Amino acid sequence: MDMSQYLEIFIDESKEHLQTMNEILLVLEGDSENLSYIGEIFRIAHTLKGMSGTMGFTKVADLTHKMENLLDFVRNGALKVDGKIVDVLFECFDALEEYIENLEKTGKEGDLDSSELVKKLALIAENKSTDGTISKKNTSKKEEAPKEKITSDLGDDFHISLNDIDSVITKAFELGVKPYLIKVTLDPGCMLKAARAFIVFNTLERFGEILKSFPLAEEIEDEKFDESFEILYFTKLDEHYTHTELMRISEISEVIVKPLAEVEFAVEEKKEDVEVNLEQVEVKENELKAKEDNQNKGDKGKTSKTVRVEIGRLDNLMNLVSELIIIKTRLEDLDTTNHKSQDQGNKNNMNEAIEYLERITTSLHDAVMKVRMVPVERTFNRFPRLVRDLSRDLGKNIKLFMSGEETEVDRTVIDEIGDPLIHLIRNSLDHGIESPAERLKLGKDESGFVALRAYPDGNTVVIEVEDDGKGIDPEVIKRKAIEKKIVTRDEADAMTDKDLINLLFRAGFSTVDKVTDLSGRGVGLDVVKSKIEAINGTVEVISNLGQGSKFVIRLPLTLAIIQALMVNLNEEKFAIPLNNIKEITTIDTHKITMVQDQEVVLYRNKTLPIIRMKEVLDIETSHEELDELIVVIVKKGDVEAGLVVDSLIGQQEIVIKSLGKYLTGIKAIAGATILGNGSVALIVDPNQLF
Amino acid sequence: MSEFREFVTFRLNQEFYGINIQNVENIEKVLPITRVPYTHNYIKGVVNLRGIIVPVVDLRARFGLDPKPVSEETRIIIVNLDENKIGMLVDSSSEVLQITDEDIDAAPNVKKEVNNEFIKNIGKKSGRIIMLIDLYKVLNIEHIE
Repeated sequence: MDMSQYLEIFIDESKEHLQTMNEILLVLEGDSENLSYIGEIFRIAHTLKGMSGTMGFTKVADLTHKMENLLDFVRNGALKVDGKIVDVLFECFDALEEYIENLEKTGKEGDLDSSELVKKLALIAENKSTDGTISKKNTSKKEEAPKEKITSDLGDDFHISLNDIDSVITKAFELGVKPYLIKVTLDPGCMLKAARAFIVFNTLERFGEILKSFPLAEEIEDEKFDESFEILYFTKLDEHYTHTELMRISEISEVIVKPLAEVEFAVEEKKEDVEVNLEQVEVKENELKAKEDNQNKGDKGKTSKTVRVEIGRLDNLMNLVSELIIIKTRLEDLDTTNHKSQDQGNKNNMNEAIEYLERITTSLHDAVMKVRMVPVERTFNRFPRLVRDLSRDLGKNIKLFMSGEETEVDRTVIDEIGDPLIHLIRNSLDHGIESPAERLKLGKDESGFVALRAYPDGNTVVIEVEDDGKGIDPEVIKRKAIEKKIVTRDEADAMTDKDLINLLFRAGFSTVDKVTDLSGRGVGLDVVKSKIEAINGTVEVISNLGQGSKFVIRLPLTLAIIQALMVNLNEEKFAIPLNNIKEITTIDTHKITMVQDQEVVLYRNKTLPIIRMKEVLDIETSHEELDELIVVIVKKGDVEAGLVVDSLIGQQEIVIKSLGKYLTGIKAIAGATILGNGSVALIVDPNQLF
Repeated sequence: MSEFREFVTFRLNQEFYGINIQNVENIEKVLPITRVPYTHNYIKGVVNLRGIIVPVVDLRARFGLDPKPVSEETRIIIVNLDENKIGMLVDSSSEVLQITDEDIDAAPNVKKEVNNEFIKNIGKKSGRIIMLIDLYKVLNIEHIE
């Protein structure tokens, strides 16, 4: 058994928990009175502690443990939530996030030192006795009372704390499973204590579930216990049976099995809590086995990319595949009957079968695409924090509005879109929105806003970043562009405002003079643009001077399958992605003129450069010149060009395949696709042609 | 009994060549090849190998031999080298030979027809001479040790 298989689950789940923690922290900041949020965070910290503890990630476990301590004080009312605490919690969150990221990348926690943070947490926790107002609430009292009872009942024999698991135990009773505290004492002469303990764990796991142990499971494994250890155990069997089973193991001198009675527990139900904790039980269990099996295989580094898929979607896929099998049999059937008679009925059957097959493949394609889709929320959820921190640093008061987080896009797109969005948001905060004083002077609301919207639009997904700042001044851009020698004065004078604003996307352009921490680090909007274009998206700016600006990003729903126009060049077939195509037309050969060694034609009152695809793709050209050329007009941003092709085949859905490592960086070719007859056609990348 | 290695053999003109069997995935009859622009002259194009796009190297062109039309015998040997799946177009291919270590010699310096750097060793088997090629050199892939 390989540890990495658990690492993946661990990382996935930790990320989910951290995401929730982040959301709650942000809410908590605004509503610090509400203790239920603290409860949530506590629960998350606790779960993370458990998970990381069993995985042996001590740094995460340590930090979450200290968080837990602090949060416990808050929960009991010994401490009040203030800005300081929220800040520290945010810092903890950052640290945890970094650990998890490191784990994902390298399989190790990394060198991030959180001891300062731990000290800070401890300090705040300690201070509670001096300046904290102790105001125990009713709820916490309720929780407190029964706990004390348990500990007193058990006396000094047992050390397992039952603080946060009462609800699990209550739940267990409902299911007819009884909890026991078990104390196992090994023979003083026992040599392999850890191995013995493992056998005990294994035996117990056969009949029930181990919830907790004292010392912790990993400490037991490292033989960090004297002669005895304690286990909190759930089983349907009675205590005597458990006792005799355990006594059968050799080198064990004493086993005490103590049932826990129901009355001892508070009846405060928190369903989620139960789930979280039970989950943890599972992880722990898995962990024990994994660890035992595999101590030496060590860190295998990176985990693979995963998508969490709703089970319903997989069921749908399964259904479709079974239908495919049915239709396959039907076609086979048809084939055999075909040999006997060639009548009309058979032909009809065949057509019917093919139609049926077509329906299934379309649905199948849809279903597979859906499996790859994830909500943009995954990317969006880090922005509230970003805006909070940045607006604080900048001394601006900025609100973030988000909508359409549930909009789904392909997983590969999600990964690529994060950085460009961060960049655009930073831009809006830093350059777009004015300082509060300035805003008041302009008669605007003191606090600015940034709106982040996502919504599906036909075959694309649109993401907008809008702010109500000062907008983009074309004149400023003009001056800068000339200064930076991006354009000449003459060129600039000839440009429309829109053209000027688009200069923002040129390399080497940054409108702010002073380099701040946030922007102006040489990474400009050009990077944003190229990144978005790399995933076949587009980006444009709409700006109203004085009222704000809006960046509109359009992304394809998926990268794997696209609509394309198939064209012929001599005998060869090529695909041109449909989203690059503006229109298809014919052009009179005599209207083509040469301008600076480039063939152009006046089309709809615009000069349209003509690109002969045969020359570009290195195909033999025939000498006879036709009177009329078939031209596919493609666009790249605002620029257009006409591609001359021999003939059109039609529109087709194609699956993009890579040409592989061996043939990379081939000019003008974006990849290949497989045609209906099994042959390969190349996909032209019009963006590289002009 | 001494150690032996296994080689997939193929033919170009009348010469026999061998590739270590560990690098060979399968041998295919000729599939429709799609030309790819802006590549070396010896890249014949790409084929669809059961849903995977695989580039095909024309070994005759690579070895500087005259082109020869595709025949019934022509085969594409699919090799896997450092995660690269590449097809090699050869005149024919049929056998797997076991050659003992004693029968494998260093490549001699005289070899009229084929560029010498592509030949790593010479193998002998029942009177026949098999030229064992260096796939990294032939396919022009940088070998990272």
